[in-house]
Amino acid sequence: MSKTKLVVAGNGMVGHQFLQSIADSGQLEQFEITVFCEETRLAYDRVHLSAYFSGSSAEDLAMGDAEMYRNWGLNVLTGEKVSAIDRDNKSVTTDKGTELAYDKLVLATGSFPFVPPVPGHDRQQCLVYRTIDDLDAIAAVAEKSKVGVVVGGGLLGLEAAKALTDLGLETHVVEFAPRLMAVQLDDGGGAMLRHKIEELGVKVHTEKNTQLIDDGENHFHKMNFADGEVLETDLILFSAGIRPRDELARQCDLETGERGGIVINNQCQTSDPDIYAIGECALWNKQIFGLVAPGNQMAKVAVTHLIEGSGSFTGADMSTKLKLMGVDVASIGDAHGRTPGSRNYTFIDEQTEVYKKLVVSEDNKLLLGAILVGDAEEYGTLLQYMLNGIHLPEFPDSLILPNRGDDQQTGLGVAALPETAQVCSCHDVTKGDVRAAIDGGCCTIGDVKGATKAATGCGGCAALVTDLVNHELEELGIEVNRDICEHFPHTRQDLYNLIRVEGIRSFSELLAKHGQGHGCEICRPAVGNILASCWNDYILTESNVSLQDTNDTFMANMQKDGTYSIVPRVPGGEITPDKLIALGQVAKKYNLYTKITGGQRVDLFGARLEQLPPIWQELIDSGFETGHAYGKSLRTVKSCVGSTWCRFGVDDSAGLAIELEDRYKGLRAPHKIKFAVSGCTRECAEAQSKDIGVIATENGWNLYVCGNGGMKPRHGDLFATDLDKDTLIRYIDCILMFYIKTADRLQRTSVWMDNLEGGLDYLQQVIINDSLSLNDELAEQMKQVIESYQCEWKTTLQSPEALKRFRHFVNSETSDDNIVFVEERQQIRPARLDEKAELIAQPIKMVS
Amino acid sequence: MTSSTHWTTVCKQTDLVLDSGICALVNEIQVALFCLPSQDAVFAIANTDPFSQANVLSRGLVGSLGEDLVVASPVYKQHFCLRSGRCFEDESQSISSWPARIENGNVEILI
Ligand SMILES: Cc1cc2nc3c(=O)[nH]c(=O)nc-3n(C[C@H](O)[C@H](O)[C@H](O)COP(=O)(O)OP(=O)(O)OC[C@H]3O[C@@H](n4cnc5c(N)ncnc54)[C@H](O)[C@@H]3O)c2cc1C
Repeated sequence: MSKTKLVVAGNGMVGHQFLQSIADSGQLEQFEITVFCEETRLAYDRVHLSAYFSGSSAEDLAMGDAEMYRNWGLNVLTGEKVSAIDRDNKSVTTDKGTELAYDKLVLATGSFPFVPPVPGHDRQQCLVYRTIDDLDAIAAVAEKSKVGVVVGGGLLGLEAAKALTDLGLETHVVEFAPRLMAVQLDDGGGAMLRHKIEELGVKVHTEKNTQLIDDGENHFHKMNFADGEVLETDLILFSAGIRPRDELARQCDLETGERGGIVINNQCQTSDPDIYAIGECALWNKQIFGLVAPGNQMAKVAVTHLIEGSGSFTGADMSTKLKLMGVDVASIGDAHGRTPGSRNYTFIDEQTEVYKKLVVSEDNKLLLGAILVGDAEEYGTLLQYMLNGIHLPEFPDSLILPNRGDDQQTGLGVAALPETAQVCSCHDVTKGDVRAAIDGGCCTIGDVKGATKAATGCGGCAALVTDLVNHELEELGIEVNRDICEHFPHTRQDLYNLIRVEGIRSFSELLAKHGQGHGCEICRPAVGNILASCWNDYILTESNVSLQDTNDTFMANMQKDGTYSIVPRVPGGEITPDKLIALGQVAKKYNLYTKITGGQRVDLFGARLEQLPPIWQELIDSGFETGHAYGKSLRTVKSCVGSTWCRFGVDDSAGLAIELEDRYKGLRAPHKIKFAVSGCTRECAEAQSKDIGVIATENGWNLYVCGNGGMKPRHGDLFATDLDKDTLIRYIDCILMFYIKTADRLQRTSVWMDNLEGGLDYLQQVIINDSLSLNDELAEQMKQVIESYQCEWKTTLQSPEALKRFRHFVNSETSDDNIVFVEERQQIRPARLDEKAELIAQPIKMVS
Repeated sequence: MTSSTHWTTVCKQTDLVLDSGICALVNEIQVALFCLPSQDAVFAIANTDPFSQANVLSRGLVGSLGEDLVVASPVYKQHFCLRSGRCFEDESQSISSWPARIENGNVEILI
């Protein structure tokens, strides 16, 4: 049988999907395929085009791949465009003069950005935003520009505006209509979006009709508007809508729409049944679809029709959710309420700048459309109501009103979705597909994403997909394994409770009763930590020694070269001149690199193992205690100077900080804990970025909880206000002990609280209202820890047995000759490998 | 290993720390020694961590990975087999190991 000659014009996103679908169908053999690709690059992800400005390379965006296409047996010609179609002879001609016969022809030519025919629109530095080449051109012009204007305040225009601000330009958006995103939003939503975007520094000009672009005085262009106003700028980006690329269709007399677009039927055939059109160039039912998902559906329909003669395109939902300049915006279905008899519910919160609107049917039963600006969390739920015609709850407004905690969760349970409900529109994944993936062995969100591609497109459905996967797994009785490691079939919380309840005081006892094997670097320190939280025994007792990782074993922080750093406690950051001098003298004597930490202490680096005891002897003689910088434990309580000295101070923050640090020092927990106390709302101690933050008020202390800095900063939540000191301390006692009791291993307080079902509310219930009747017990446990505090370094210096380990070699007094320092900025630093090679006269013998 | 290996006394049995490590200097070579009482055994591997080039493996935590007895580097946490020196994360970074035993209260290794 001779092969069908298939010619494809256009290798954009939809053209690629078309080829992919043929490959997926396993029918490549049937065809002899030639692809013409006008751009010099194979298909790439245009949806994420803007990522090109934030670090993604052209390779990162690529979808088509020359090697893959070759393996599929395709003949792909880049930088070559179909310039004419001869329908009588069934052949195409290209701009390079190639002539080629076809049996079937597919047009996937996409669209081009519409540039209004304003005089001056073709000046230099007037650009568009569609291809990677466009972006290169924009970047080049932006480099010598200060001001940029985007003409068009639609979805793509705002995305382009974001790109210009990222490129460092003063950015303006000029819109003809009276509001932004006129297609998707109503006046209220548009106004809220405008306000938010202006706050981010973009200047928005609506109802502006550009009449002429000519030379500017201070900038390259001057834009002259119909109302007589002018705006000078160096760069102009047109983003005034798209127009289908139907020039080939017109040239060969295929039917096209009045306002452009190649007319197709439900099988994606044009008026010539041997020619298909798919993607943005196609006009179906008088509609152009400017989104990738409907285009991909057309591609699949065209493929099934070519191969099996069946399949049909029945339109597509144009709901969208996106983040524009960090602002969540979503538009669903009939957002403008054009359905006869429809009614609206609107919620506006000017405080947090949120706008939400529901459009419902006359009988209040069905959701027809919605607009969300500033908070689009309900998008997934609302979309499902709309798409599946699910009956609304009795009070539909409960779907967009803020959840104040006392009423029931109003979101749509994933269980209520029908099997056919589409959960991911980018990749057309239904609830049934997700279930099939799980039946096929997927056990995690990651597996399901890999198998179905759900949530890998725009990401708008990620929350919904996660809920669905968890729900399905639960239904199947599959539990996510949260055992701490292979040696204990228990979670950290289980181990904590076993140790408490059974009074277990050693790892070997716990392992014998509840575990197996020898333990590992996960469970040993975790158990050591729990034992310390519960009983607070000296961490280097014989049975505890093998549980501590090197930092806890040597009570110092190991650095990359095997030396240690030392941080003595300086409660509240308050230190006498004498102690400061003592620190300096020790650092000088042992030639330690010295640095001030963020926690208001001093860190001394470069101590060899064998130097730790003599250094600590001198520090303790000068009145210092260990600082637990090495432990998963209370680190510091940072403070400002407070009302004692500060003109603005409201209360004695330094005094309280010292009291708190002395109270909780030595407390070991699932992760490190940091505190801060500020003397007034100016917040100089940055208390809101700490696990426990306290801020003085006129009437007492405000308590913030579960903040942190670091990799994923999070502000603390206000837990209680205007507390007297005794209540404050009681709350902190109970919160910390509840954290120690219920958190996962190495879980900071922020993640812990977010994972408590009910979050902050729940924690307040437990601590303030004592809803679990646990507080007396928690406070008593804290009291025991506080009363059993000891300075671990002081204890160690009194124990000859413990001191034996503080030498590098068991059989020699020499020290490790691999530790070498060089000088930089008048202090030591570890030598790099190349420096070491030069510095060490005798080559060291390193056996590895 | 050269052919002239012989059992060399390194330290006393009482110098060992149970379920943990210490370091000895043997013919200019740094050797990490681990004592696992449950196995009634001593293990000797190189002390240099190939990933950080620091001489610190004796300060790692010991434990088991499946059937294998291992130490985890205190620097970047890779696992090394106490018997063979094999690195579990990257075989090409495996390290030396030596047979070790206790004789008359002394720790000896074949080196
Ligand atoms: C900045 C930006 C952001 C976007 N964001 C989203 C989003 O968030 N969500 C969403 O769904 N959609 C988004 N889109 C739209 C989406 O990219 C398009 O819907 C999709 O690319 C359409 O695919 P297509 O193949 O029809 O057209 P295109 O991807 O434009 O591909 C058409 C290709 O055909 C080539 N061509 C044209 N004529 C010929 C010819 N005669 N011969 C040979 N080759 C020819 C063109 O050069 C082009 O390479 C965005 C678009 C842009 C520009």
